[in-house]
Amino acid sequence: MDAGFWVLQFLNALQYSMLLFLLSIGLTVIFGLLHFVNLAHGALYMMGAYLGISAAALTGSFWGAFILAPLGVTVIGAILYFTLIDRLRGAGPMNQVLVTFGLIFVFLDLARIGWGDVALGLSAPEGLSGTSNLLGVAYPTYRLFIIALGAIVMAALWLMLSRTQIGAMIRASVENGDMAAAMGINVGRLFFAVFCVGCALAGLAGVVAAPVFSATTGMGISILIPTLIVVVIGGLGSLQGAIVGSLIIGFIETVGAAFLPSFAAVASYLLLAAVLVLRPQGLIPARGS
Amino acid sequence: MKKLFMAAAAASLLAVTGASAQTKVGVLLPYSGTYAALGNEITLGFNMALEEAGRTGEFEMVKEDTEAKPPVGLAKARKLVLEDEVDVIMGLVSSGVLGAVRDFVDGAEVPLIVANAGNDEATGANCSPYISRVSFSNRQVSGPMGEWLAQQGVKTAYTLAPDYAAGHQMVEAFTEKFTEGGGEVLGGEFTPFGQTSDFGPYLTNAKSSGAEALFVFYAGGEAISFVKQYGSFDLAKDLPLYGSGFVTSPLYVAAEGDAAVGVVAALHYVPTVDNETNNAFVATYKEAQGKAPSEFTIQGYDAAKALMAAIDSGASDRASIAKALRGLKFDSPRGPVEIDAATNNIVHDVYIYETVKEGEGLTQKILGTIKAVRDEPNGCELD
Repeated sequence: MDAGFWVLQFLNALQYSMLLFLLSIGLTVIFGLLHFVNLAHGALYMMGAYLGISAAALTGSFWGAFILAPLGVTVIGAILYFTLIDRLRGAGPMNQVLVTFGLIFVFLDLARIGWGDVALGLSAPEGLSGTSNLLGVAYPTYRLFIIALGAIVMAALWLMLSRTQIGAMIRASVENGDMAAAMGINVGRLFFAVFCVGCALAGLAGVVAAPVFSATTGMGISILIPTLIVVVIGGLGSLQGAIVGSLIIGFIETVGAAFLPSFAAVASYLLLAAVLVLRPQGLIPARGS
Repeated sequence: MKKLFMAAAAASLLAVTGASAQTKVGVLLPYSGTYAALGNEITLGFNMALEEAGRTGEFEMVKEDTEAKPPVGLAKARKLVLEDEVDVIMGLVSSGVLGAVRDFVDGAEVPLIVANAGNDEATGANCSPYISRVSFSNRQVSGPMGEWLAQQGVKTAYTLAPDYAAGHQMVEAFTEKFTEGGGEVLGGEFTPFGQTSDFGPYLTNAKSSGAEALFVFYAGGEAISFVKQYGSFDLAKDLPLYGSGFVTSPLYVAAEGDAAVGVVAALHYVPTVDNETNNAFVATYKEAQGKAPSEFTIQGYDAAKALMAAIDSGASDRASIAKALRGLKFDSPRGPVEIDAATNNIVHDVYIYETVKEGEGLTQKILGTIKAVRDEPNGCELD
């Protein structure tokens, strides 16, 4: 195993981490702000992949899908918000978990009816389909694109939360919703906006993942578990937590896969158990929770 | 008016006598979940054979959805036998479901025509006079690939497959035949089944093994992801990809796109098999479906062909159908086939094919044919 091997595995881990980040950030911010457990988040990721494939067929370009799929998922999210999520906000976590768990199966069947049972592929865009040389190894350019995209989203969210007025309002609302409302922040509208951003990111993750993983009806469920682990390990509602959590899980699963495939899945759960016992609030908890 | 009445009476009489001679077929296939597409293809093939022969009226089908869950499959098998009192059961995609229903159909003495599930034991150590298979055994698909690859002068290989029974059996048979032919397997890994979407880490391992060839078994959605990711790592030059044929199945190859070009695999059927029966079959199928048939369509098609042949030989009840299936020979689009009297497993040609570009689409170029591949009894004693 030469240096090239390690560089490749490092990039593999980073790429997977970024995908997990795009998903977990939506989930964790929705939880942190709304105190809402949205298990249907993985289903929105799946819808992003399928809508992306249709959008690419319609527009004839990956970039059409790249723009339209997150928008489409945001619309689905907005419909869900007004029909279910807004009403369930005071209903307690158990009801939220049950309803959104049910939604997973609704979306699964919708995808089957709409797109059929055969897994579908999406082609990477022209300029990103080959390999690029990086640190002395040839690595799929498209995977580098995912890494870059994750890093850009990470930086953008960071700047927005720490440097802008909206960010300050979001932080205030996470910390103390009642107080923020009393200060004149329209917490309801802010929640809705944040929920939409979370949905858009899930849709983005879906369409970006489709060229690598292909779209299957089960993809929403299989990604949900690592995403939940990321959110719990990192700390519910915390942006930094989502970053750290995705990197940890991304690296554990990739390194595990490379050396001990049968142990890789267990490793994440062991870490989850350890975190829950030793530091139940997560590694970097949001201050409000 | 009187004439009309007479005609109606005659027609209803025909319908009644027709019904009394009907064979009741229980269909046990996944119509939802991971393998739903396979269930649909097999059903399509089965119906096609009946329609072609103009004999749809002779068979009554009772369909049950097994998903890919062994307990569900067993419950549905019980229902078909005890409640619907079917004469014969056809189907089974998942080897796990076949394992679960095996003892029940054997004990209830109901003939079962397996139209996909490939686990070796079903026609090996756990064979039964009531279980015949018209699809393939895992050994039968990947063994020939090992043999052929060694003949091509390839010395070393690395293997990847999902971590469940079929994955292990495919790799085992490949390794056995490849080693016999003088090759050496340098290493390999079993990826967690149904949980692996990113094959990057495994591909990186395979590359660093220094092997001359990569042999894999993947099917369905996993095959699509795998082939696309293999393509994106640009490994074709250093580490050419070989597989059991499901990896570039005609059913999935369109979704794999250019990444599938150049992949060489072994399978008992591809749409480009050149014989009269197949040419006619492919033309009919394309006309109706607008795409090429897959190995799964053929398995359903041959299940119906076998059943009709058994009935034509005079069989009518469970015991006689089971008996008639044993040793049966008929012409399939995949070439001449036989249900081995020693194991009740199919004997058929296995094709080594390369996926090549043809115009806009992809097609299968046959590189070699391994004639009449017969799976050894492997512990099966039918008598």
